[in-house]
Amino acid sequence: MKFGVVIFPGSNCDQDSFFCIKDVIKEQVDYIWHQDTDVKGYDCIILPGGFSYGDYLRTGAVARFSPVMQSIIDYAKDGGHLIGICNGFQILCEAHLLPGVLTANDKLKFICKYVNLKVENDTSDWTNLYKKGDVLNIPVAHHSGNFFAETDVIKELEDNNQILFKYCDAFGNVTEEANINGSVNNIAGIINKAGNVAGMMPHPERAVEDLLCSTDGINVFKSLVERMN
Amino acid sequence: MEKEIKNTTPIAPDVYQPMGLNDEEYSKIVEMLGRHPTYTEVGMFAVMWSEHCGYKYSRPILKYFKKYKEAIEGEGLENAGIIDIGDGLGICMKMESHNHPSAVEPFQGAATGVGGILRDIFTMGARPIANLNSLRFGNLDDAHNRYLFEHVVEGISHYGNCVGVPTIAGEVYFDDSYSGNPLLNAMAIGILKTDEVATAGANGVGNPVMIVGSATGKDGIHGATFASVELGPDSESKRPNVQMGDPFQEKLLIEATLEALKTGYITGIQDMGAAGITCSTTEMSAKGNTGMSVNIRKTPLREADLTPYEIMLSESQERMLAVVEKGHEDEVAAVFKKWGLQAVVIGEVTADEIVRIYDNDELVACVKGKDLADNAPTYYLDTKEPDYISKVQNYDLSKLPEPNDYNKVFLKLIGDISIASKEWVYDQYDHMVQTNTTILPGSDCAMLRVRETTKGIAVTTDCNSRYVYLNPYKGAKIAVAEAARNISCSGATPMGVTDCLNFGNPEKPEAFWQFEQAVKGLAEECEAFNSPVVSGNVSFYNETPEGTIYPTPTIGMMGLLDDVDKRMTSEFKAKGDKIALISGVSKDANDYDALDGSEYIKAEFDLAVGNTPHYDTKEELNVQACIRELIDKRLIKSAHDLSEGGLAIALAECCINGKLGATFNIDTERPVSNTLFNEAQSRILISYDDRNVGEIKNICNKYSIDFISDGQVSSDEKVSISVNNKAVIDADLNEITDLYKNTIGKIMKY
Repeated sequence: MKFGVVIFPGSNCDQDSFFCIKDVIKEQVDYIWHQDTDVKGYDCIILPGGFSYGDYLRTGAVARFSPVMQSIIDYAKDGGHLIGICNGFQILCEAHLLPGVLTANDKLKFICKYVNLKVENDTSDWTNLYKKGDVLNIPVAHHSGNFFAETDVIKELEDNNQILFKYCDAFGNVTEEANINGSVNNIAGIINKAGNVAGMMPHPERAVEDLLCSTDGINVFKSLVERMN
Repeated sequence: MEKEIKNTTPIAPDVYQPMGLNDEEYSKIVEMLGRHPTYTEVGMFAVMWSEHCGYKYSRPILKYFKKYKEAIEGEGLENAGIIDIGDGLGICMKMESHNHPSAVEPFQGAATGVGGILRDIFTMGARPIANLNSLRFGNLDDAHNRYLFEHVVEGISHYGNCVGVPTIAGEVYFDDSYSGNPLLNAMAIGILKTDEVATAGANGVGNPVMIVGSATGKDGIHGATFASVELGPDSESKRPNVQMGDPFQEKLLIEATLEALKTGYITGIQDMGAAGITCSTTEMSAKGNTGMSVNIRKTPLREADLTPYEIMLSESQERMLAVVEKGHEDEVAAVFKKWGLQAVVIGEVTADEIVRIYDNDELVACVKGKDLADNAPTYYLDTKEPDYISKVQNYDLSKLPEPNDYNKVFLKLIGDISIASKEWVYDQYDHMVQTNTTILPGSDCAMLRVRETTKGIAVTTDCNSRYVYLNPYKGAKIAVAEAARNISCSGATPMGVTDCLNFGNPEKPEAFWQFEQAVKGLAEECEAFNSPVVSGNVSFYNETPEGTIYPTPTIGMMGLLDDVDKRMTSEFKAKGDKIALISGVSKDANDYDALDGSEYIKAEFDLAVGNTPHYDTKEELNVQACIRELIDKRLIKSAHDLSEGGLAIALAECCINGKLGATFNIDTERPVSNTLFNEAQSRILISYDDRNVGEIKNICNKYSIDFISDGQVSSDEKVSISVNNKAVIDADLNEITDLYKNTIGKIMKY
């Protein structure tokens, strides 16, 4: 399987994603430069975390117009697998490949820490190695991770089983206290209707080795590899 | 084009004096040049000879540092020292203050402090792998201090997070002495291949000189001069002296610089921080024993009408000066262009050691690089022991009453903002990006794994400035010892130090005495711990009309652990584990449990009195060697050094971070408060599986370390300490956890 990790100017989790795929998942992986327009031959593209184009104007708003994104939008519409992590998720929302928006955290502070995530969907291409209700320990690091969408959109996400993860407490309760950033219904990660595009604010690539204090993120990538094989 | 400047007229004292030059220094400039300086030149001399750039006061004292002395008398100083960690890899690190900018414009002051120190690292060809910072503020009951605290943290968060370098460790203290004069000491660490170190010399006559990165604007003019005076009522008006940071540009500059260095065509490179183009042109020339001819009008400018003076003194951020092999300008420029950055040839290296600055055809400055960079006047200032020293040291602590409720004191200390958890701070910093952080913030030190090796790098910053205030010589020693102990508690061996020396006005003999004493103590202790000071920074004039800060020689230390799998953390791990205090402290010393300088005396009686707590270098070396061996042999499960708040607080921290309760008993005939809260150094609290007790005792014996074990980790959510088997502290784990973790957040209304 061949992964591609996009580098936008200002991306800063590109190398983390790259090492995760190469050293831990042990699949093929290349970088994709933001000005490239040829994204053929990839089985999965990762939009990494960071501050693309400085995140000036609005997170992800400039990146969405970069040359590579035009090709990636076509790639996704053709069913190509695509995951946006943190800033990548913000870009996917800006590009309308995923519904909703990510606004500033309700407490208006950057938050970096390990959080608990409840697995809501265990059948998707990205989560089939988890079990519904599993509580995962995966870190977040963002200033704008407050997921918002209109009520009817949220209902659709819930009805179609498009929600992958929700912020929860250590026992799997989806509570207001566990909602670190104010996201509607504690939503931490979603997929599009077709299931080929995923976005999540937490960083699964930061939780793939014992050395990094948790390995709970590894199955996001392994689920896809399993499914593709 | 002109090669020399002639027919200059004298500059008036009311022009050069506000720039920070005195009459004598002006005369020296005239003597060096053989004529009067131009307006541009006098500005260049003023910044380069400021204490901030020229170390004109601190230089004689800094010679206590062996490496510094060797460098000054030998090949000169590089931007950041390098520590060899084997496998062909080196670590470089440096710490720098941005105190005055943070006092008047906390967000940008802090942000550009981080940006500046990062450039010092990647200009060496090293990839920045960690940020640390040491912060000091006045008490948070004052709204202005809360404002400074909030925005300094936000500035660090904004800049550090965006550039993608994890902020993994640091410290925050609060004391009235920092009210209005906060300290921001930013430290950065980088990794490089030891055979790929970039240098800062302008080498190769005829090679082009390029300016790369951001355009030059009016911000930060005379920032270095501003750093070299006391803060006063008009300091607010100095806000335009504070630079503006753009972390996005910095991120691009990091990637572009490291990629451009790989072409092999860059023969010398230096970042631009204090004194901007003035500093980089003259220092690179001085280091290369060359000169430079530069047309500054070719510099990309944010506004066209900048004067030569403004261009030369601008401290606009995210810029570098590079000397490139002739004929390969295009290859180097292409790399910067790929990253969306400008790279423009502005001049060339010349043979005659003179830096000539042209504004198109007009020669506006013609100075010897070494005169600015190396020949700043050096002053040998007077020192005098301050009157307060004998007063505080002779204070009779025995007359202070013994508290009647130890539990109450204990809770007060847990919620003391200098002791309480700094989660509110470090949760705002991305401390995991780059996926190397293997000990997260909150333990005694942080640790990074080194990819493609088995190694780990431990890092910490430390300085209890109250100790330094009470006894600068010994207090500075303790700062080094504590940093080393924090490193050793992770299993790593201390390897090197960077320091940031924050003091008052050196022209006052009392402040300069503190400085000299502290540097002496620091230098001796760094040698004792085999951890040379590889880089550092001096920040004087930390005074406001209300007074001087505590003398604060912040230590940044790095250690190496050969097998990162053996890393140790501070929190208790499992119920049933035994707890022991291992102590190097000799009971023969009459101050072995003295409360001098302790947080307890401060919190309970609002006093900063006494001498330093008990400290002995040999005891410290022993206990650290002992703990490293215990960790290396995998005999223990946790290790946490005793510091502020003594035994009681150390035990509480192990419980809170491990989410486990504990009981501990200690037998003594001494007052209970001394036993619970004294801050004698060289002590570490460990937990272990009882099976290993024999081996642990043997190793402690080998190093003459006391092994005091009478306690265990429990699951009953209680933290209990008894003295002579009589309970003196009995606290609910949830209550102290809330106090410890949320006190600062509640004050900051988060």
